[in-house]
Amino acid sequence: MKLLRNMKYYKADMHLHTALSPCGSLDMGPQNLVRHAVEAGLDMIAVTDHNSGRQCRSVARVASDQGLSVLCGVEVNTREEVHCLAYFPSFRELDAFDRLLYGQLADIPNDPDKFGYQVVVDEQEQIVDYPQKLLISSVDMGVDEVEQAVHRLGGLFIPAHIDRLRNGIIAQLGFIPPGLKCDALEISRHSNVETLVREHPYLADYSFLRGSDAHHPEDIGRGGTRFQLADLTWREICMALEGTGERKMELL
Amino acid sequence: MVVSDLIEKFGLTAYSGKDGLDRQVTGGYASDLLSDVMGHAREGQVWITLQTHKNVMAIASLKDLAAVILVKGHGPDDDAAQQSNEEGVPVLGTTREAFEMVGELYEAFKEHEIL
Repeated sequence: MKLLRNMKYYKADMHLHTALSPCGSLDMGPQNLVRHAVEAGLDMIAVTDHNSGRQCRSVARVASDQGLSVLCGVEVNTREEVHCLAYFPSFRELDAFDRLLYGQLADIPNDPDKFGYQVVVDEQEQIVDYPQKLLISSVDMGVDEVEQAVHRLGGLFIPAHIDRLRNGIIAQLGFIPPGLKCDALEISRHSNVETLVREHPYLADYSFLRGSDAHHPEDIGRGGTRFQLADLTWREICMALEGTGERKMELL
Repeated sequence: MVVSDLIEKFGLTAYSGKDGLDRQVTGGYASDLLSDVMGHAREGQVWITLQTHKNVMAIASLKDLAAVILVKGHGPDDDAAQQSNEEGVPVLGTTREAFEMVGELYEAFKEHEIL
């Protein structure tokens, strides 16, 4: 990807978990997570815990002191057990979506011995809350309903790790429903787009991004997306996903 | 054995695709992973699942399955029911859990020497 005039490269990890995800390491508190992201040379991280956006704020506050941008998001587990990333332009939309999800989440209490701790921590990594419901359960919303809810709030909707047999949309639903409005597709670091498109030619119509899906600090930045933007803003990221105004992205 | 025989024998609900009630049943396949069904289900089988997404109907039609049986009282999503009507592949339903429905079907298919 050749750098155009007036544009800059921004390296981003578009999918990672914090200590809030039961499967996420307790080392994934804001301080440690941000330190590793900066060390990995990232300009932006997307915080995408399972079915909850409640850890985004403290990560964003710690990150801003370090010059790291945070895209606030969630990794939703739909009724069909399809994992989808949702990103939002601000905390207002994120909070609205978070409330919607928690209400639709199966009422199964988390058992930390079996699934791991799920904690909301503040900037100093003090535990401020632990949601009762198991966050890796599925919400009682189909993938189409989730997509519509994300778009109603002005967010971006991206099926996660579509190449993965476990919880990827192609494995769960056979193929991407033609009417589903995906702003991009996420592909894991274990696959490449060319091979996937050869196998499923209809995927050539989509744009792709990548995140590490890190659950542990050492995995942050192992797989990411390099954006070419005039500035690192929500609008610019949207343009890169649409492929307009010479804003671009490529997988790392 | 045809689809309407199953409805009668097991007291199933017929939600949609009633033009296909005379389809021949040649066996069954149970899975909730749609890619697996795409790869492994065979023509004429009934598919037992709890998935209600529209893609279920696309795959049932692609694989020329006899019918879909939704378990645990689930009904098809509206767009899935519509596609079922258009394609003439019935969507049936039961309040049984998958284990129970599959077991009863397996017995019946053995008895009728379908399997």
